[in-house]
Amino acid sequence: MDNPQDGAQRFKYIGRRRRTKEDRRFVTGAGKFVADVAPPGVKHVALVKSPHPCARIIAINIERARALPGVQYVLTGAEIAAATDPLLQYLNTPAVHWFPLAVGRARYAGEWVAAVVADSRYIAEDAAELVEVQYEPLPFVIDPEAALDPASPPVHPDHGSNIIYQRKFTWGPVAEDFAQAAHTLSFRTRWNRNSTLPIETFGVVAQWNPGVELLDIWASVQMPQYAEQIATALRMPLNQVRVHNDVDVGGSYGTKRGIKHTVLTAYLARRLGVPVRFIEDRLDNMNGSDMHGPDRIFDAQIAFGDDGVIRSMKLRAADDAGAYAGRAPLQLGKPVGAIVGAYRINSVEYEAISLTTNKTGQVAVRGFGQSPTNVALETAVERVAAFLNLDRVTVRERNFIRKSEFPYRIPSGSLYDSGDYHTVIHKALDLAHYPELLARRDGIRATGDLAGIGISTCLEPSGGNSAFESLLNSQNDTTTFLESVAVKVDRHGMVTAVINTTSSGQGHETLVSAIVGEELQRDPDKIRVLHADSLSGLFTHSPVGSRMAIMMGGAASGAARKLKERMLRIAAHNLGVSLEKLHYENGDVSVVGDAGRALAWNNIVQIAHRLYHKMPPDMEPGLQATFVLEVPLGGTLPTAEGTVQMYPCYSFQAHVLLLAIDRGTCKPRILDYAIAHDCGTVINPDIVRGMIIGGTAHGIGAALYEKFEYDAGGQLLSQTLMDYLLPSIHEVPEIRVTEHCTPSPVTSLGQKGVGEGGYLGAPAAIVSAVNDALAPLGKTLDAVPMRIRDIWDIVHGTPR
Amino acid sequence: MKAADFDYFNATSVTEVCRMLSQHGAGARIIAGGQSLVPMMAMRLTKPAALIDINNVAELRGIEHSDRYLEIRAATRQCDIEVSSTVRTHCPILLKALHFVGHSQTRNRGTLGGSMVHADPSAELPLVSVLLDAEVMVTDGSTTDTIPATEFFLAPMVTALMPEQCVVAVRFPLWHGRAGSGFHEVSPRVGDFAIASAAAQIELDDAGRCIRAAIAVGGTSATPLRIAPIEAALISKPLSDDAISAAATLAAETIDPDNDLHASAEYRRRVACILVERALTDAHREAAGGTGTAR
Amino acid sequence: MSHHEITLRVNGTSRTAVVPARMTLVDFLRDELRLTGTHVGCEHGICGACTVQFDGKPIRSCLMFAVQAQGHDITTVEGLSGAEGALSALQEAFCENHALQCGYCTPGMLVAAQALLDACPDPSDDAIRDALSANICRCTGYVQIIEAVRLAATRLRARSGTDKEVGGG
Repeated sequence: MDNPQDGAQRFKYIGRRRRTKEDRRFVTGAGKFVADVAPPGVKHVALVKSPHPCARIIAINIERARALPGVQYVLTGAEIAAATDPLLQYLNTPAVHWFPLAVGRARYAGEWVAAVVADSRYIAEDAAELVEVQYEPLPFVIDPEAALDPASPPVHPDHGSNIIYQRKFTWGPVAEDFAQAAHTLSFRTRWNRNSTLPIETFGVVAQWNPGVELLDIWASVQMPQYAEQIATALRMPLNQVRVHNDVDVGGSYGTKRGIKHTVLTAYLARRLGVPVRFIEDRLDNMNGSDMHGPDRIFDAQIAFGDDGVIRSMKLRAADDAGAYAGRAPLQLGKPVGAIVGAYRINSVEYEAISLTTNKTGQVAVRGFGQSPTNVALETAVERVAAFLNLDRVTVRERNFIRKSEFPYRIPSGSLYDSGDYHTVIHKALDLAHYPELLARRDGIRATGDLAGIGISTCLEPSGGNSAFESLLNSQNDTTTFLESVAVKVDRHGMVTAVINTTSSGQGHETLVSAIVGEELQRDPDKIRVLHADSLSGLFTHSPVGSRMAIMMGGAASGAARKLKERMLRIAAHNLGVSLEKLHYENGDVSVVGDAGRALAWNNIVQIAHRLYHKMPPDMEPGLQATFVLEVPLGGTLPTAEGTVQMYPCYSFQAHVLLLAIDRGTCKPRILDYAIAHDCGTVINPDIVRGMIIGGTAHGIGAALYEKFEYDAGGQLLSQTLMDYLLPSIHEVPEIRVTEHCTPSPVTSLGQKGVGEGGYLGAPAAIVSAVNDALAPLGKTLDAVPMRIRDIWDIVHGTPR
Repeated sequence: MKAADFDYFNATSVTEVCRMLSQHGAGARIIAGGQSLVPMMAMRLTKPAALIDINNVAELRGIEHSDRYLEIRAATRQCDIEVSSTVRTHCPILLKALHFVGHSQTRNRGTLGGSMVHADPSAELPLVSVLLDAEVMVTDGSTTDTIPATEFFLAPMVTALMPEQCVVAVRFPLWHGRAGSGFHEVSPRVGDFAIASAAAQIELDDAGRCIRAAIAVGGTSATPLRIAPIEAALISKPLSDDAISAAATLAAETIDPDNDLHASAEYRRRVACILVERALTDAHREAAGGTGTAR
Repeated sequence: MSHHEITLRVNGTSRTAVVPARMTLVDFLRDELRLTGTHVGCEHGICGACTVQFDGKPIRSCLMFAVQAQGHDITTVEGLSGAEGALSALQEAFCENHALQCGYCTPGMLVAAQALLDACPDPSDDAIRDALSANICRCTGYVQIIEAVRLAATRLRARSGTDKEVGGG
């Protein structure tokens, strides 16, 4: 099956354009977001933040704030540190203690020092201004390169240094490959701080119900083990914490991990005995939410032959995690699962360094570290082509893993499931009308402006498990990242599926209804999908790592197939034939060759629910099934050498674009953008297209506009949306998308992930385009974002 | 991001506005469209004790013209200026500038007077007022004064307006000859504050010589700035591309740009010249082509 | 400090309330009237999530104080649907084109796009982009949104017969 039409024929519902189940509530304003949750008597939180990048907190005077009418409470770090356990650090860093509020020392400008609870957010902000904090400013470090210096002031003095993680992996004969290669080259790329920055900020509402001893949490969250971390920090039994997953999340793209917000708010709700809510305002969100993304310096060396075939690569990634590393270092781990991208690179040396600085913390961002890495990888290919004066497409073709080589094991240990990279890149070039695009570029150049064509490819590791946790922390021996779905048919024959996580725009209800509908041959529009809370539902690891089509979809397939098998067994028992003699169609079951002998869907439903005397003797009554799916190919620990099976599926995209740069002002503009992608079986074409274009828009932001800029004094300069620039409808061109389908052999319907590819491909493609535009000047630009000022500095040779 | 508390007054006449201003002193602020003031209040960068709303002062709205000038009352919304045939006919450079002012949604609330009083050095409407030697009409309720736009802007966010005064209107002088205008700016995204901007209006005689020129740049100094050396360089000359190009470089010596997040001082200095060149080229083309509408 | 009684029309219904001077219009709509379809994204006028129609024109409800809405007419996303929740042509087109993902910017986007279609039944792509340039969407990359507005415009014109008239001229 090599094209999507075949897929649509194979399936009844999968792969066809169908309305998404979720959209109706959003277009009518009936979505339920966390800020819409308002329990009677709810109180509001505002924060007091450190103005210093590093300071000892000498004293906090809360008297004036406390005296303001309408103020309920003022909480400081000392109290919450005594009453709760530190927030989880994913690395084994026992000297690092992270609490929702600074304890004794503030480690970045914007860190929360005290929290005010009041009758309204207005009053809470009034009171926050009245809290008097006495600081003693201390030395700090902002620049990650400075943080590499052992003499830099440590963010966590007890840890002793700003290096929070450092390991050099060697996979394969790197030294030999370098020694034998005809050529080597080296370069540096810089991925500056940005974030995928949802329009909805993080928010949480907490309510402690003493009558039933239950802590209710509504939050705008997307993170694994959220309820577990709340319970642990608050020293509560996990079954006293109920996280409501039916809250609509207003965008996340990895970032909605407000664990410190939640522990703070939940602590206050219990302490005060009233519902408490904390909805970040945009300043809270920008300067102290710990939601910034990777901040990386890559140093790369490439060994290659005259033909452009890359033999080996050495990559050093130094990443600025900010003041509290949290989950950030793991974003150096995920790229290990696709460290060679789409290429047959024989050996790799990879040094991963995670650093602390006096900046707000880093969190997961779409692609979990893969997008910055892909810029380095694609830059390598482009440099090789430029060095040898070869065509960039040709060099990629020579290095691509071939279709016949799958499944293909890369040097770092992961098995790529399937792919056809040569075909997909040509689909992208065809969609872009590549020869005409070249002519357009040259036409623009002839007018005196700069113009470039960008080309990139990217692998999207999908189906997310947590293998990077054990890879980076030997004390962590977790080997599953399961996902569950329950399906039931009620006494009226209606189908309901229950999922166990929040959604932030991925269309999980549509996904699960389509798959359950496909498996049962029942109309997906009539299948209800509910989000269970964390106590009533089964287990989940949340929609991270492009995993839901694979994991939630796989679990939905599994549950539906179990249910269908029960129905067939009921039918076989009542029709007096063996299972293999039965024909199942649209939920009705008949005997093969004897259509008169049949049981309709409703007959089987009635037997299961009411007619126990007609049930097979060994079967429980009712019609329900649950399925808990382990990540395909998962379940193993990394080796001592650091090889690991990371993700099960590998989607692929190729991006081609044309970009012009105004010679006078150096303002870049994207004129044309084409993408070809292969995510295996497409479940909902509109959702897939939206994910790809939306991810690409994020990539355009990262490549051209977005940067969290700090000044030398440690202050965040871009802390409003006037200075942190999100692409508007004018900055995103009309992106065209075509597809190819190489089904995955390891998933229930051949599907792969699709949530991250656009964001992985676009920055590399735009870097490629800008550098193609600069090529006639003999210049290169290797840092994103490539803002007007950055392009100007390169074009005009201003020292950087 | 909630504003600090304040008292709100809904004014219905200029007299009332001025009375309230004198009552409340320096703690009072006038709110018109609020598109710049309210964000500053939300961030608590400003905390007025009293807010005087002029949105319901009918005499502060309207667009009129005489032979000499176009008068736009202070609380006239930018969206109303945008669609005004009077403005289109008599002072089209205002429309060219408005195209760059924020977005249609902010122009639906934002006013001319608000933009003038906010005095952002990169704002487009103040730039046009300086370009055309507009007059800012202000009153304290008893005395009405006229402040030349070139003297109205003192520093970023600082104007010559006294605390007890409010802006009543801005008068843009009209050009009657064979004139043309141009407006160019560069900003990171459409609708952003300009990194640098340039406006030009010229008048040609029948022989195609420049007999009158006004050039101003924004975003590159503490206030919008007229570039007199360029104007002087162009007078009495036919405006060839080379002449325009050469004159435009003179902008670099007049302006005094700063570094900030979005651009370096050097960028602003050099790009200001490029934008002046482009604005002049447009202005010249319009005037020479007889499509000049800056009458 | 000061409180004010205000009366305004919201989605066609007259509403009266006493509000503190500093309460923004968006907070009033959401917290006092419980019209939570209008969202808060930045509170400084950039993102457009709080867009409502003010006397028919789209504006940022975070940049106005509720007291300033005295006597005016507000339309929120809740006012776009027809009788008994029937979707408008624009809402239908958004669903049909999947012109949204997380749905957070969607109400503002719809309110702004509806104002465009009311004023201009046959908008060019440039006009659509201009009308929506102050509404940031982080999910979709806008392409499906533009397609949806285009589709709604086509359908509305067909419905009103405008196409025929235009075709005749």
